[in-house]
Amino acid sequence: MAKTAQIDVKAQDIPGSLRGFLRSVLESGDIRAILVPLHLPMKNTVMPALVSDPERLKDADPLAPAFPMNTAKVVSRLTHKPSGGKIAAVLRPCEIRAFVELVKLKQGKTDEIVIIGADCPGAYGNRDYLRFVAENGTESTMKFYRDSLSGKDSEKLSSACKSCEFPVPEGADLLIGLLGSDTEKQVMIQALTPKGEELFGKLGLSESAEPPGRKAAVESLIARRKAYRDKMFAETAQSVDSIGKLTAYLADCVNCYNCRVACPVCYCKECVFVTDVFDHDPSQYLKWAERKGAVKMPADTLFYHITRLAHMSTACVGCGQCSNACPNDIRLAELFRTVAYRTQKAFDYEAGRSLEEAPPLSVFREAEFAEIEGIK
Amino acid sequence: MTDFEPTIIAFVCNWCTYTAADLAGTSRLSYPQNVRLIRVMCTGMVDPQYVIKAFLEGADGVLVSGCHPGDCHYINGNFKARRRIKLLKEILPQFGFEPERLRLTWIGASDGIRFAEIMRELSAQIRSLGPGGAKLNMVI
Ligand code: SF4
Ligand code: SF4
Ligand code: FES
Repeated sequence: MAKTAQIDVKAQDIPGSLRGFLRSVLESGDIRAILVPLHLPMKNTVMPALVSDPERLKDADPLAPAFPMNTAKVVSRLTHKPSGGKIAAVLRPCEIRAFVELVKLKQGKTDEIVIIGADCPGAYGNRDYLRFVAENGTESTMKFYRDSLSGKDSEKLSSACKSCEFPVPEGADLLIGLLGSDTEKQVMIQALTPKGEELFGKLGLSESAEPPGRKAAVESLIARRKAYRDKMFAETAQSVDSIGKLTAYLADCVNCYNCRVACPVCYCKECVFVTDVFDHDPSQYLKWAERKGAVKMPADTLFYHITRLAHMSTACVGCGQCSNACPNDIRLAELFRTVAYRTQKAFDYEAGRSLEEAPPLSVFREAEFAEIEGIK
Repeated sequence: MTDFEPTIIAFVCNWCTYTAADLAGTSRLSYPQNVRLIRVMCTGMVDPQYVIKAFLEGADGVLVSGCHPGDCHYINGNFKARRRIKLLKEILPQFGFEPERLRLTWIGASDGIRFAEIMRELSAQIRSLGPGGAKLNMVI
């Protein structure tokens, strides 16, 4: 049975009690720094920061609906070589799942990191978050959090979050449970792994039972998210089901490749699209223009997106950072999740589910997929 | 549509299917000219992007063909190729490409006759499917 405790929330200040909890983690002796979303001192914006001074945790805000990047990439940087000390990272479930994919691709290690994850209320797109925080100031996180507890997702939540059926950070070492708790009074802490238990032990928490309402609360949130997801899948599938429609879907793309840069699981050190592999000769473009009458420039937009789907969709965790990064509001998260759902199903794989399952394109079985062989 | 001549791009491995094609040629077996062979060392080096590129440039059909399972000269390249084709068969149909436009076959080095037969059959199938989406639409 997983070790569970409750921490008290004073004066209904949930972010405050989480800060207190993180402080106790940092002061437990073993952890040299915590990676956590932090309000930067020079502007009220939230970015992941590696914090070693417990005092600086006063600006930590793990529940803010800000999601400027998928921090898995940062964690990969912090762990791909030994750092000489243990760190804790407070991550969203989709960041943990992306990190799991990166570890399997040998771009990160779990030895020196303890992952803390909270039940995820979701996040806004960058522009919406900045507007929201400008309107609501320091109260913004609490306001967001109360609204999201009311049982319906805020309109402004990104569609990746509205359709996310993984709000519980199952891959964390230590879980901060909000669902099913009366969070105005208490928040649950639960150790999910031996590493989590070790830290749990150092925090001097007294064990108690899981809140009785937790299971039902988790199930109902997941059901709501899945309902949204399935509707999104159906609408998206329908809006790209021919090459003509797919070109319309992607027509505003300018091949800036921001979506790829923002993608936590586009794993290549050097993407083929920044090499000269498809940087054709000027005369080639001229030939194409003459043959087809007109070529949109830069060319290869569809080629880029479909190739990316082929390369990374089995690892797609659905975090939605592609949409967040797009300057032209292309609904990439919807497209990539829709396609990825199917490619992952085909290999009985779920991105981020387990460190033990090999990425599907890195392995094979001798007897499989006989149905795709031959021309009948 | 009666005079539609499909373009079929076939990625064939050097050691088996290409050798079979060569044998078909030296045995004076005829097969349709619609099939453009691209010789690769092994089917295991056919990155999905080549197949995607071929389709988007207007290929009406794409074939990947190599050694029979167990015979790959690089031990297991063809098993890896099979997963990649499986992957593409999950992705491309979502954008309206009929799954029959993408084929995977194993044709051994001594199978010149089978090579010619499969090319004839494939070309007939693609002809009856008609032109692919990338030929009919402006692809961006
Ligand atoms: S698009 Fe493909 S080549 Fe480029 S980074 Fe992603 S996986 Fe690598
Ligand atoms: S971020 Fe948007 S515009 Fe840039 S490459 Fe991706 S889809 Fe195209
Ligand atoms: S060498 Fe023929 S498939 Fe690998």
